[in-house]
Amino acid sequence: MSATLAEKIIARAAGRASVHPGEVVTAAVDLAMIHDSGGPRRVEPILKDLGVGLWDSERVVLISDHFVPGDTEEGAAILQLTRAWAREKGVRFHDGEGICHVVLPESGQLRPGQFVVGGDSHSPTGGAFGAFMFGIGATEMAGVLATGEIWVKVPETILIEWQGQLGAGVMAKDIVLALCGRLGMDGGRYQAIEYTGAAIAALGMQERMTLANMAAELGGQVGLIAPDATTAAFLRSVGATVPDLSDLRTDADAQVAEHHRFDASSLPPQVAAPHSPANAMDVDAAGPTRVDIAYIGACTGAKYTDLAAAASLLRGRRLAPDVELLVAPSSKRDQDRAAEEGIMAVFEEMGAKILPNACGICAGYGTHRLDAGVTCISSTARNFRGRMGDKESMVWLGSPLTVAASALRGRITDPREVL
Amino acid sequence: MGRIFLLGDDIDTDQLAPGQYMRGGIEAIAAHCLEATRPDFATAVRAGDILVAGKNFGAGSSREQAAEALRHLGLSAVVALSFAGIFYRNAVNLGLPVLVAPSIDGIAEGDAAEIDLSRGTLTLKDKARTVALEPMPENLRAIIADGGLVPHLKRRLARETAP
Ligand code: SF4
Repeated sequence: MSATLAEKIIARAAGRASVHPGEVVTAAVDLAMIHDSGGPRRVEPILKDLGVGLWDSERVVLISDHFVPGDTEEGAAILQLTRAWAREKGVRFHDGEGICHVVLPESGQLRPGQFVVGGDSHSPTGGAFGAFMFGIGATEMAGVLATGEIWVKVPETILIEWQGQLGAGVMAKDIVLALCGRLGMDGGRYQAIEYTGAAIAALGMQERMTLANMAAELGGQVGLIAPDATTAAFLRSVGATVPDLSDLRTDADAQVAEHHRFDASSLPPQVAAPHSPANAMDVDAAGPTRVDIAYIGACTGAKYTDLAAAASLLRGRRLAPDVELLVAPSSKRDQDRAAEEGIMAVFEEMGAKILPNACGICAGYGTHRLDAGVTCISSTARNFRGRMGDKESMVWLGSPLTVAASALRGRITDPREVL
Repeated sequence: MGRIFLLGDDIDTDQLAPGQYMRGGIEAIAAHCLEATRPDFATAVRAGDILVAGKNFGAGSSREQAAEALRHLGLSAVVALSFAGIFYRNAVNLGLPVLVAPSIDGIAEGDAAEIDLSRGTLTLKDKARTVALEPMPENLRAIIADGGLVPHLKRRLARETAP
């Protein structure tokens, strides 16, 4: 019988031959990811109340990212608690290695076909690898950690097909911002978004992660991409075994709720005006908007691929006067690779500030929070009012290329003018 | 038995749990629940009352307090044409019955009404009319019956460890 990718993964996790949209089933969780903010400090009191330990410490991955480097008293205390919990419980712990959504796949523990929960709203990132991964709150996470199970209402699938090929200067971020503008932040209706089409197949894993990550902004429960040879190559590169991928796809005749088709070839770079990703527009519609800060950071926008793209445009050029460039590589691994290839040197030589491999100002933490009146162009996923600092700061979203181009010109700039 | 409070489409979590009261704890949040939409709501609502709404109830942020505030006010259920996904999850896990109605035509503000969770019906007492709702699946009703996910897990874990 034909089924969608989401239905196939849920059916397997629920021990069923098949499942149908709208049905509520109980699924066995293959992997649970938590971070320092929503993790131990929030779940442990509930576990204590329940009077139980972890269902399987081997399947729990803890990653510190929100409060790294712990430069405030509160942050330091939370990190201390997080570390103590990791030791006590014997879970897999990645401390200070980078942002959870990027570190998890790099650690080789995330694999296609898995049913995974994450204690963070951008958990759909795992869908880039063909895993059904979604975000849950602390109460539900405690339930998962105690029992290894969770209930799930089988979602419908919304197919988002991008035909053609992205033009020069256009990235996955532009695709997903365009979708935020067209479908809105509720467009995903908490269903399974699945990206398909030639333009998606042509993307590397980290670009795919950007699409899956921002399924959260589209209101999807998950943002899936069927695994293929690109996925398999990534898995091998991080030492993970490659499972049989042949059935991990939506069958051609499977029932889907919506099927949207777009042409990647005609897509110009996008920016989203303050204070919502849904305020997306073609970059040239932004008008003459001066920027004070250019931020390349977050799980969404500072992976190796993002750093490489930005550096390709910045190399040998100079920042506009009065523009500050902040770079917070998503993970240590990506930063090390970028350093080896001379990419970090490009940022350093032009006077950029390199920040820790952590959420930083994307989560509103750290010493670089935006002040009132500041305008920032940012490679992050969300620009809700006050998220990155003062309520009177203005954040525009764009691709790493658009952020880099804007840093050179001192105003929001179409990267194709600078290529 | 309770009375119906009738609301429109797209009631979001910021109306249910207004941002500016989030630090005040559930008492304060509940006291201001829906105040932008229905200023008298928190004072008028009594235990057992039923909220009936249109499409996309609970849209917006994932804050659990939106469902918690309604439960705190003693509502016996929310009936809506559709629910935002994360709100639906939170409501079940906090022990608030949430039921999808194929239609809410003919249901009026102030109607005396009663919910039957196991049959999935809303009975309008004065109108001698029963509205068929989509019944909640049994596994979710079990969570609701125990008062939410944490008490449900407590019972379950106690059973499993019982000799
Ligand atoms: S970088 Fe930003 S979006 Fe990503 S996990 Fe951290 S706070 Fe969330």
